[in-house]
Amino acid sequence: MAKTKVLERKPLTFAEKTFLPQIAGGLKTTFATMLQKKVTLQYPEERPNIPDNYRGVPTLVRDPNGREKCVSCQLCEFVCPPKAIRITPGEIDPEAEPDRAHVEKAPKEFDINMLRCIYCGLCQEVCPEEAIYLQDVFSLSGYSREEMINNKEKLYELGGTLPDSHYKWDKKKAAEVAGNSH
Amino acid sequence: MELLNTSLPYLLPIVYAVAMISVFMGLCAYSVLAERKVSGWIQGRVGPNRTRLPLLGHIPILGNLMTGLGLFQPAADGLKFLFKEEITPGHVRKSYYYLAPIVALAPALTTMVVVPFGRYVDADGVMQPLVLANVDLGMLIVLAISSLGVYGIVLAGWASNSKYPFLGGIRASAQMISFELSMGLALLPVFMWAAAPGSEYGMSLFGVVQSQQSAWLGLWQPLSALIFLVALFAETNRLPFDMAESETDLVGGFHTEYGAFKFGLFFVAEYAHIIIGSAVFVLLFAGGWNFLPWLADPWGDGLIGALLSVGWFMAKVFFMIFFFIWMRWTLPRFRYDQVMSLGWKILLPVAVGNLVLNTFIIAIYDTLTR
Amino acid sequence: MKVESIVEHITIKIDGEDVQVPKGINVIEAVKMAGKGKVVPHYCYHPKLSIAGNCRMCMVEMGMPMRDRATGEAILEEDGSPKIGWMPKPTIGCATDVAPGMHIRTDSEMVKESRNGVTEFLLINHPLDCPICDQAGECRLQEFSAEHGRGYSRFIEDKNVKPKRTRLGPRVMLDDERCILCSRCVRFTQEVADEDVLGFVDRGTYSTLTCYPGKELAHNYSLNTVDICPVGALTSTDFRFKMRVWFLKRTPSICTESSVGANTEIWSREGKIYRITPRRNDAVNDTWMTDSGRALYKAVESDDRLTHYTIEGVHKTSDEVAAAAVEMLKAGDAVVVGSVHSSLEEQFYYGMIAQRCSAKPMLVSHYGEGDGLLLSEDRSPNLRGALVTGLIDALPTADLEPLARSVEAGSVKTIFAVNEDLTELGLSKELLAKVQVIYVGTHANATSEVANLVIPSLMVFEKDGTFINQNFLVQRFKAAVPGPRGIQPDFTVLEKICAPLAQEKPAPVTIDAVWERMAATFDILPEDARWRTLPEAGLALDGTAFQELQFVETKNLKYDPAKAEVPQAEPAGV
Ligand code: SF4
Ligand code: SF4
Ligand code: SF4
Ligand code: SF4
Ligand code: FES
Repeated sequence: MAKTKVLERKPLTFAEKTFLPQIAGGLKTTFATMLQKKVTLQYPEERPNIPDNYRGVPTLVRDPNGREKCVSCQLCEFVCPPKAIRITPGEIDPEAEPDRAHVEKAPKEFDINMLRCIYCGLCQEVCPEEAIYLQDVFSLSGYSREEMINNKEKLYELGGTLPDSHYKWDKKKAAEVAGNSH
Repeated sequence: MELLNTSLPYLLPIVYAVAMISVFMGLCAYSVLAERKVSGWIQGRVGPNRTRLPLLGHIPILGNLMTGLGLFQPAADGLKFLFKEEITPGHVRKSYYYLAPIVALAPALTTMVVVPFGRYVDADGVMQPLVLANVDLGMLIVLAISSLGVYGIVLAGWASNSKYPFLGGIRASAQMISFELSMGLALLPVFMWAAAPGSEYGMSLFGVVQSQQSAWLGLWQPLSALIFLVALFAETNRLPFDMAESETDLVGGFHTEYGAFKFGLFFVAEYAHIIIGSAVFVLLFAGGWNFLPWLADPWGDGLIGALLSVGWFMAKVFFMIFFFIWMRWTLPRFRYDQVMSLGWKILLPVAVGNLVLNTFIIAIYDTLTR
Repeated sequence: MKVESIVEHITIKIDGEDVQVPKGINVIEAVKMAGKGKVVPHYCYHPKLSIAGNCRMCMVEMGMPMRDRATGEAILEEDGSPKIGWMPKPTIGCATDVAPGMHIRTDSEMVKESRNGVTEFLLINHPLDCPICDQAGECRLQEFSAEHGRGYSRFIEDKNVKPKRTRLGPRVMLDDERCILCSRCVRFTQEVADEDVLGFVDRGTYSTLTCYPGKELAHNYSLNTVDICPVGALTSTDFRFKMRVWFLKRTPSICTESSVGANTEIWSREGKIYRITPRRNDAVNDTWMTDSGRALYKAVESDDRLTHYTIEGVHKTSDEVAAAAVEMLKAGDAVVVGSVHSSLEEQFYYGMIAQRCSAKPMLVSHYGEGDGLLLSEDRSPNLRGALVTGLIDALPTADLEPLARSVEAGSVKTIFAVNEDLTELGLSKELLAKVQVIYVGTHANATSEVANLVIPSLMVFEKDGTFINQNFLVQRFKAAVPGPRGIQPDFTVLEKICAPLAQEKPAPVTIDAVWERMAATFDILPEDARWRTLPEAGLALDGTAFQELQFVETKNLKYDPAKAEVPQAEPAGV
């Protein structure tokens, strides 16, 4: 059993009972704070430094070749706790995009309802293609509910391009071309 | 000319009164700004620094400085209150509901009449107070009328016809009664000293100031000063005693159901009370326009001297206002029962003791000096 | 006639516990029967196909009590229990039939080790495709890799490259890289569909599934290969990339394509149907269904759905339309043209309506060619239902010639037609103009255009109900998706027509209330039968009363006209 330590509480002195010294001390503290340097950031002109692991607005990113990474596996839609994500999967037309035909799948529509999103980052966590990122966009507003739903175009616009260390699909393509079948 | 001469005695007070009210309201507005700025500073922020008036704000350097200090903010605040949608909840008692903000503000404006704010030397070389009405019972009038202010709050609470405002109103009235007593008792020794039998000033505030030419009353009546100060905080409903609107437990307290300009009136009334309270405190305990203890009146005769005295008096009042705000961010709000027990169990006995003590001292002093 | 009563039971020991199982089943089934959540993972074994034993996932340890060779006496351990001779290596469960006294270990170290090994080998050349693979979420390989795999790969060499998007047939796509060569699809086409089109070419890791040269997987059962493929190698062209399976809600239903009444599952999300798959019922369709039956849901979203109750083309409420219908029917000289596509409950109501306004009920047959498997000659789901509810007592006719003559003669004033396009059955539009037409149906057609009253009805996916199949098996289906906005269940509207005809007040009806009335009316239905409590595998009725009728069905998977007797409803999922 853990030892219980009984702390003796000293009886208050007369001065302490009047609170006056404490109040004076408090006044001193607040006055000192008043003279300190202000921490306020003059927001629209000054911007905060966003740390790398900041969870801002979820966005879709492209790989360094400018191709969309999302393959509409819908895992993010599944994992999203407030059901903010809505994806309509689609097939890549091999004629229209021969260099991406081997990916087969891409989202036809991809909506994230920012009125629902809670910035939990689970979508980023779950994405097997590293296609969705919560980046540094933190200020977003709109005049209507519709405006607050980010569609695919908007998501790619916000997301931009991120470096890719895997080049999964390029490797796949290379293997297909090399064709190590017999 | 004839007409002017005959009507002047009637016109002049009106002009004075209007001038006083304008200055006073301006003070209220800038107290609000001070509150916002000082709050900001104490919290490591900068406070309002964006509002800019078209022409004034674009004067090079000065314009930026004024904007940064938020000097144009009161105008924006006032306009905001004025242009907000006037909402009258359906469940309120209409006439009282509208009456309440007026009742809250009027006493503060009224007491202003008897508060002297400087002195001048008249043609006969006699020192006269700068005051709208130099009445002998100045202090009594202040006490009597300023305590009417609570009716505004009680009325608001009751007319709002909803729970939280009602609780706020009840609290305000109880608090007022509790602290009024100690306040009055704390004042008695002051006047016992200041207005010795046969003195010419009676209970006039000018007299009190004049009696402080050597030592300020705050210095040799510290206990009275302290009690008065605490009671003053309670009377003006300022933190740590703002039980009537304590937003953590009463939403907005008595003004929960008020919005737009009606709320603005309450808001102004609060600051009006603070200013009057500060002024009275300065008059009673901090020597009024007397320069420093034992260095009474370096201001010369004439206009300059009069202005200097007013300036010095106002400086003291501003410090008191600052003190009010400073206090607000230093002390947390009391619990309601603590407020009550402080009023009844501590301040009241101490005030009575103080009175008795002073009576004895005066008696002994009189006996000895006779 | 319960299965247990006719099958001999034996006792085996699974992981040290005695379990009673029927004789003749294999270890996989035995372990499943033993319950307690125990399963033997398997890929190539399928209960309705022959056993191939090529995936090696179903490894278990097996042992038999040892016997003295000379005397045949059981050898005992020191403590008196029989000594078990464990096989030195694990054995595949799918090809091992249970025998009395057999001992099985399903979770020993050796078993775990072999499952782990098999999984690792299967994954060697498997692509990392799950994000774009339609099978993800219902993929055996995914599940077993997670459960029995090691979680990382030791294979650093290049993976095999195989054809990724091969078209096997009009409805099936093949991704060869994902194929684990279990041969289920091959066996299905050979054994069930009886059309040998699939086979493997090349050897070892290069083995590839293909169609025989010049052939394609085009028969009407091709999509069953997609169902049974344990991985995402075979995918349905229709369902491909449409939706992830984990979003889909599954609702049990019945296929309306023919009188077989194949048990199905409707996969829907938020009111939209994405696919239909078969549901196992050994008395009806085993685990299969036709491709054509899977496409029926497309009609749900077609543009010509009837979506409004109308009188003379003007939108009205269902109450107003029902009242108008009552007026017309009360006038007399009415004919009810029912439908063999209606559910049992609706046919019951049509029968009642016909009776109450002394109208003559008629039915039109929908016959086609059968394939001897799961598509019967009678292309309607509920002909037997019309017989059971007494709507008709003879087989329906091919057209409505007699009705046309009566209309011509002017002896018919009102036709109450259900889901049948009268203009194609001998009644021209001109003829229909002579009478009042009340049309109940799901889609617009020539009849609904000329009908005076239109009562839109719900499709089978949108309502609760029952069908009676070729074997007099009462089968229940549930609503999977909501119908068009504002359309009430058919029997709700029919009650509003039926009750006033007998001067009753329409009561709000539930499907079980209808069943209560039906069970009380028809002797053939058990007294306590209710929709809610119908067995999942169907309720078998005694169809001997209708033996005289010349049903058109010929022999198919579960129907034999020669001995059209009471079918045996076996519990599903054995
Ligand atoms: S963003 Fe990632 S998780 Fe979401 S659908 Fe696309 S690939 Fe899948
Ligand atoms: S951050 Fe969280 S809530 Fe927002 S879209 Fe992603 S998963 Fe959904
Ligand atoms: S077959 Fe299964 S394991 Fe393979 S890619 Fe598809 S889902 Fe993943
Ligand atoms: S395609 Fe599917 S069912 Fe056919 S052999 Fe390959 S894994 Fe088995
Ligand atoms: S299931 Fe037994 S070997 Fe495949």
